[in-house]
Amino acid sequence: MMLKYLKPYWIIALLAPMLMLLEVIMDLLQPMLMARIIDVGVTSGDIRFVITSGFSMLGIALIGAAGGLGCVVLSNIAAQNFAADLRLDIFKKVQSFSFTELDKFKTGSLITRLTNDVAQVQMVVAMMMRLMVRAPLLFFGGLTMAFVINTRMALVLVATVPFLAIVLAILIKKGFAFFGLAQKKLDRVNVVLQENLAGIRVVKAFDRAEYEQERFNIAINDLMDNMIKVAKISSFAMPVVMLIMNIGVIAVIWVGGIELSLGHMEIGEIMAFITYAGQILFSMAMMAMVLMFVSRGKASADRIIEVLDVEPQIKDSTDKDMCIPEDSSVKFIDVSFGYGGENHALALKNLSFSVRPGETVAILGTTGSGKSTLINLIPRLYDATKGMVLLGGMEVSKIPLNMLRGMIGMVLQETIIISGTIEDNIRFGKEEATEEQVIQAAKIAQIHDFITSLPDGYKTSLGQRGVNLSGGQKQRIDIARALVKKPAVLILDDSTSAVDSETEWNIHNAIKRYTKEITCIIVAQRIASVMDADNILLLHEGQIAAQGTHQYLLANSSVYLEIYRSQTEEEAG
Amino acid sequence: MKDDSKSTETTSRRPATGGFMMPRHWGSGSPPPKVKNVRSILMRLWRELLIKHKAKLTLVFAMTIISSILGLIGPLLIGLAINAFVEGRSTYVIITILSGMLAVYSISALFSWLQSYIMASISQKAVTDFRGKVFSKLHTLSVKFFDNRPHGELMSRLTNDMDSIGNVLGGTIVQVFSSAITVVGALGMMLWINPLLTIAGLFFVPVGFIVTGRIAAYTRKYFMASQQDLGALNAYIEEIITAQKVVKVFAREHFCTQRFDGLNNTLKKSNVYAQILAGVIPPIMNMLNNLSLVMIAATGGWMVVIGTATIGTIASFLNYSRQFSWPLNEIANQFNMVQSALAGAERVYEIMDQNPESIDEFDAIKLNDVSQEIRFENVSFGYVDDSTVLQNINLEVKAGETIALVGPTGAGKTTIANLLTRFYDVNEGCISIDGSDIKTISRKSLRNIMALVLQDTYLFSDSVRSNIRYGRPGATDQELEHAACLANADNFIRMLPSGYDTVLSEGGDNLSHGQRQLLAIARAILADPEVLILDEATSNVDTLTEMHIREAMQQLMKGRTSFVIAHRLSTVRNADQIVVIKSGKVLEKGNHEDLLKAEGFYYNLYNSQFKRLPQQRSVIA
Repeated sequence: MMLKYLKPYWIIALLAPMLMLLEVIMDLLQPMLMARIIDVGVTSGDIRFVITSGFSMLGIALIGAAGGLGCVVLSNIAAQNFAADLRLDIFKKVQSFSFTELDKFKTGSLITRLTNDVAQVQMVVAMMMRLMVRAPLLFFGGLTMAFVINTRMALVLVATVPFLAIVLAILIKKGFAFFGLAQKKLDRVNVVLQENLAGIRVVKAFDRAEYEQERFNIAINDLMDNMIKVAKISSFAMPVVMLIMNIGVIAVIWVGGIELSLGHMEIGEIMAFITYAGQILFSMAMMAMVLMFVSRGKASADRIIEVLDVEPQIKDSTDKDMCIPEDSSVKFIDVSFGYGGENHALALKNLSFSVRPGETVAILGTTGSGKSTLINLIPRLYDATKGMVLLGGMEVSKIPLNMLRGMIGMVLQETIIISGTIEDNIRFGKEEATEEQVIQAAKIAQIHDFITSLPDGYKTSLGQRGVNLSGGQKQRIDIARALVKKPAVLILDDSTSAVDSETEWNIHNAIKRYTKEITCIIVAQRIASVMDADNILLLHEGQIAAQGTHQYLLANSSVYLEIYRSQTEEEAG
Repeated sequence: MKDDSKSTETTSRRPATGGFMMPRHWGSGSPPPKVKNVRSILMRLWRELLIKHKAKLTLVFAMTIISSILGLIGPLLIGLAINAFVEGRSTYVIITILSGMLAVYSISALFSWLQSYIMASISQKAVTDFRGKVFSKLHTLSVKFFDNRPHGELMSRLTNDMDSIGNVLGGTIVQVFSSAITVVGALGMMLWINPLLTIAGLFFVPVGFIVTGRIAAYTRKYFMASQQDLGALNAYIEEIITAQKVVKVFAREHFCTQRFDGLNNTLKKSNVYAQILAGVIPPIMNMLNNLSLVMIAATGGWMVVIGTATIGTIASFLNYSRQFSWPLNEIANQFNMVQSALAGAERVYEIMDQNPESIDEFDAIKLNDVSQEIRFENVSFGYVDDSTVLQNINLEVKAGETIALVGPTGAGKTTIANLLTRFYDVNEGCISIDGSDIKTISRKSLRNIMALVLQDTYLFSDSVRSNIRYGRPGATDQELEHAACLANADNFIRMLPSGYDTVLSEGGDNLSHGQRQLLAIARAILADPEVLILDEATSNVDTLTEMHIREAMQQLMKGRTSFVIAHRLSTVRNADQIVVIKSGKVLEKGNHEDLLKAEGFYYNLYNSQFKRLPQQRSVIA
């Protein structure tokens, strides 16, 4: 499955080992040439022969080096491209995740998979390209030469192979379990680390540095234990391989010695044989190492595939049954929703209401009554478990996601600022927004004056240069961001909580003046914010307890009346 | 009404910088990072991490020496065995020799396994040790440091960069050492056999050193760049994943992917350059080896011709020259691992060398409570050098009083909280508790007596129980649940799937925003602090719940000094003192009635909150 990422580079991927082939062939020729130089040149004192052979050896060495170099360059290019493409695909996939999936994997783990796991796999791929040719070639080449020289002795060598295979198989089986665990433990370290960095203020404020240190220590020690186990197993491989092969060499010498005394072999041949035996041994060691790495790489590859195989819950509509909304009306028909699916507690129960185009609807309710959950269903951040959500008369699941989210401007409860300039942040709402549009949005959000008061104005970078914003300022930038794309539906989730009343009032007025066709859905706490809404929904435990205009509710809903009273009681003193 | 320039904290989940703003690494035009002294880094690594394993290391080195020597003996024994056969020695002798070889190889293998196992465990322990140290160092650094660095970037140093250090500590040290011994041994043998030939054989070695050395300097720079780029990529990934909600809502996945692609490609290029440079060494070394062999063959041949050497000598010599060159290659190969590790070590040490938050003086006062008052005297402060967020603030809060800070957004209210907790220190003026400058009070005891409920609540992806218990680790379950009751959180917690043991999701989606704030409040209540700082804590909670909390808070605040920062005037009405802050300056001070009478800023602010409601008054009354 991973191989498909290598496909675009198949030319390079094939060329690399071939160049390696060159180097290996040269390597194989070398002992032979050396032997000839000695047996022919040196023995007979023919210096010229030695020198000419020497030059040809040099030539061969150069070709070999060129081959080796070429292989290195090409295999690297291929491997790194492979890794980059893989990373990109994983990232794209992660962006398609719904929140449930994001939560399942956790940020720390996704980071590990995107960086560390990909690196493991890429290392294996690079290694494969280099050694995939070299090792077997050295092995078979050496073996062939060995057979050419003396069959019986070669057979002795071959006899050691099955032993090796068994040992390696056992090691890999044992090691594999630990490799996968190692990555998981690394995940945990990343998770603890990330939380500490994100929540550093809380840690400091509650003076929990020691507690966090312990948590971290547990995670890294866990990782360490696992890695040591891995090392225990993998460090076993090489020595065992070497030992078995060396025993083979001893056997060879035994047999060879006998052949020698029987006059079947020359010393030179025996030396060459031993050299080739050494090469075989070396190649086997290389293959053992590769196998170990492949094993580790497989554990990582599995984790990557786990991410790539995810079928995101929120599926975009296909071209076939795609629908285009007719207007900016919003309708909920018997909608139910539960975070854990149908079998768990429902956050919303059989909700029905409708909003006409251009209307302003307010949603009030106690904490946890389902307000944010409700509005999350409109841009399909979550999908309803039962019932239908309609935008412009069309089911939202049938509207292409990009179009759907393009039509909706949403300001979340938590302000999230992307690093960059203020302008970048506002423009995040609409990439092609012109400067005028950005400024206009900022003016409506009542943040323009503040921005121009800053030394760098709209080009002020947020974060690194130390421009820290207050809560209200961030919220207003958020609002500007939502407005800049002139959405058909504007959803404000308690977005003016950090803004003082006067500013809030100005914002609402400005929005209304900006476009009259915008359908506004406002989640709020203060009745004062929503008194002028065309319809007010009072949510309680996932259901609509009452709905109507402000006047209507005052008269007909005791709950509403009580809330109203508690908010105005202050004034009466 | 002009809002003042810079103000308070970033949201607790936001990195302060990242994708857009990452410093470009030198590969694209800016000056190369200063390459620190190799020796000093190596010495440091030794001193801080490895020295404690001295005993084991000595053992490993002893084993390495022995196995290297054994490795050198091997060929000798082979020669002996062959000679024994040629000379027709008895089977007994041959078997003795062969058994000797078996013994040599077995011991060699055993040691080889032991030493790599022990080294692996040493290196893992060293890396874990290092990670722990860096983490602990991080916690001594100021909030300012974290506000200016993307999280993912810091994470990369603790994981990826550490890995490259670990790889070296594990394999490379032993490898280099055993190779070095083998090289020296082989060299010795070569010299012993024939000095002239040795010179011939060594002819090209200096070339090898020079070439490797030159390349090494470059590889280190490229590895550094490569690791920087990895850090940048890490940072972007972390940022975008935590900001997924915004990305989705604005359908900016494509845009983010493009940015990712850019960083991705930069990393790819750095990696390619680094790896190619590093991978260039083996073929070059290989070629130099072959050159040496030719030299030896030629020289040797000439020597045989003029009679100063025998074939056997040449053959044996060639053997040892191979034993000389192969480990040398190995050392050259390990070079890139070392470069990578050095680059990693530099990056990690950059954190270790940061100045910590000013260390508490040895005689720092340990505060137990606030018995008299907290005072702000002529306090001025700005986050950045050329700006001021607060100017000449003067406040006086008596022990047990509730002081409310109100004012337009950006006026500097949260900054006051930052200063009180010493997340930042004042530029001018002085904050004192019971007469002692808080700069002289140990940060630990200062923060111990305070509890903070921030505007953006941060909860860990742990159980509800653990999160609340964060306020006071030793608290019993009853105390915990009692705190939750006071915060009006107990009800909804019990309705969660696993009640108090429910694990909070990372995105916090299994709780509403208001619920999370209630948890944070419960946490603060459990902490039972002397000083309570509530930063807009109840702004995202509905008025009904707010009322309940307020009641609980009134109870809680009795006898405690409280700083309440809010926009909702309903929250502050009952405060002992109300301070109006605008544009970083104190505008008005007094209690609710006094300020209303004064008909100043507060009066206007108060009325505007209920701007249209006065008309309704007649309906209710």
